[in-house]
Amino acid sequence: MSAYRKPLFYLALLALALAAPYLAPAIRTQMSFLWVMIVFALTWDVLGGQMGYNSFGNVLFFGVGMYTCAMVQQHAGLGYYPGLFVGMAAGGAMSVGFAVALGWGILGLRGHYFAIGTLGLGIAAAEFAGGWDYIGAGSGLVTPLYPGVVGARETFFYYLCFAVAAATFLTLRWVYAGRFRLAINAIRDDEDKAEAMGLHTTLYKTVAWSIAALFLGLIGPVAGNLIGFIDPRDVAFASSSYGVWMLLMAILGGKGTLWGPVVGAAVFHITQELFWTYLLGWQRVALGLLIMLIVVFFPMGIMGWARERWPERFGQRVDEGAK
Amino acid sequence: MENLHILFDAPILSLQLLIDGLLIGAIFALVAYGMALVWGVMNIINIAQGEFVMLGGYVAYFLSLYGIHPIWGIPAAAVLMFVLGWVIYRLIIFRVVDRDLFTSILATFGLGILLQQLANELFGADVHTAHSGLKTWFLFDGMVTVAQIKVLAFVIALVIGGILLWFLKRARLGQAIRATAQNARAARIMGVDTDRVYAMTFGLNAALCGAAGALVAMIWIIQPYLGLPFTARSFMIVVVAGVGNVGAVFVAGVALGVAEEFAGFLLGAQFQTAFVFALLVLILVWRRIRLSRQRKYLI
Repeated sequence: MSAYRKPLFYLALLALALAAPYLAPAIRTQMSFLWVMIVFALTWDVLGGQMGYNSFGNVLFFGVGMYTCAMVQQHAGLGYYPGLFVGMAAGGAMSVGFAVALGWGILGLRGHYFAIGTLGLGIAAAEFAGGWDYIGAGSGLVTPLYPGVVGARETFFYYLCFAVAAATFLTLRWVYAGRFRLAINAIRDDEDKAEAMGLHTTLYKTVAWSIAALFLGLIGPVAGNLIGFIDPRDVAFASSSYGVWMLLMAILGGKGTLWGPVVGAAVFHITQELFWTYLLGWQRVALGLLIMLIVVFFPMGIMGWARERWPERFGQRVDEGAK
Repeated sequence: MENLHILFDAPILSLQLLIDGLLIGAIFALVAYGMALVWGVMNIINIAQGEFVMLGGYVAYFLSLYGIHPIWGIPAAAVLMFVLGWVIYRLIIFRVVDRDLFTSILATFGLGILLQQLANELFGADVHTAHSGLKTWFLFDGMVTVAQIKVLAFVIALVIGGILLWFLKRARLGQAIRATAQNARAARIMGVDTDRVYAMTFGLNAALCGAAGALVAMIWIIQPYLGLPFTARSFMIVVVAGVGNVGAVFVAGVALGVAEEFAGFLLGAQFQTAFVFALLVLILVWRRIRLSRQRKYLI
């Protein structure tokens, strides 16, 4: 893309995102979830795509943020809006705290041990939350009622979801532009060599996980309030839905790219909504099938496929003679 | 932890938990044999392991509905699940067998979701059990109860472990399986049809899970979502015991059963599953810290 078309593209996207609740008011909740999904895919890709640490348990931070915010809203005695925003901040901080504390033990695991360790972490969190009476145990929590007029709630949460998603995208864009991306890519390619070259790999890994945790901890409270009911196993720490969708969307879009997870989340979310409409009852069966099909037949993702198809668009020189 | 003092006041209760744990742990070992086999031979960690257990349980349950004693469900589930495992290998697993581990983990995770949702749609989310009609022994004036079905499960797990050991050591196919595990390329050069070995191994794994599932249906309950804890248990058993050691898998399975019984009693039954998954994370972290002292990694 030439120099003036890029800002124009971003502006058009921004205008579309801002106008969307007025263009299609009937599907505001679904569109809010599109932004949630984009945050899921983007944050998963920080570790899974860029650093080569395939986590099945990132949903942990989503749930921690959600519960922390709900606790602040219930017990701090603030008004609705201050309660929500203080709760979001607390949720983000708590998630980062969890990432740093757990990172020491978990991030030392490699490959499939990391994958299964994090899967265990996510499910253990769901089971603990389901047994702990103080946070509602298995019967869950109900979030406070939105004080505004009817219909304002969906618009408010749409913009809140969009704000978190935009913040996630811009932060990652800024982070990926610098040395940090080179460092985590080096960890992905060969961690031992990266360490031998003098990279403080543990620090980089912890920071990368904390970035993912921060934004998941911010979107968790928003999603929890949007749904209105926090169930430990099916909403907050939903390993076999949100937890696995995260990596599926990132893989579908293309691991290790900035736009891949965004595209993957959009395609996946729309597909899933169609499943929901046309395959009622069987949508989860179809999802299981979809996971296998994507992983087995389409592991390079949409962006990877596009890069193969039109390499010159991605700034790669093509040797005509070699074709 | 309020229950801790009860154990000191009534030591006989510890014996009860110990016996229950020992007997239940044998079933975990049965599932873990299969995981160790597939992991060692095909280098695949099968996340759908627990779903195979669930399906085996449904076989025994449906047989009992038709008036056939669920004990016959054990061989029936094993045979049916062998066929299913073989079909699944031919459809999906052979495509991921030489890809990286993450691909196979994710593919089998998808398979697990598919199977549990299919079971949910076809059989319903209700909880079922297959009544074995076996009695319970009362020891020490009724202080300790031992369900005969659990003893039977223990014996079956032990016998299957023995047969597996003999099969891998002596049988022609078992030797081919071991050769493939050692070096698939060399085995192929020596004339072993590794594709067939993989299909048989995966079918054998499913058969072991199916037999375990029939026992689960008789001892506890079955429902479509019971799978993942069994996958987690067998994974940690294999991490502790190693992939190539049937005896160690049995010992680790039994140890896990005992640990789980005591944890369930001390922490409360609602935290028992949480304990399983937390223990999985702790075992991995502990192994990694032990290894990193020697600058080695869990690979």
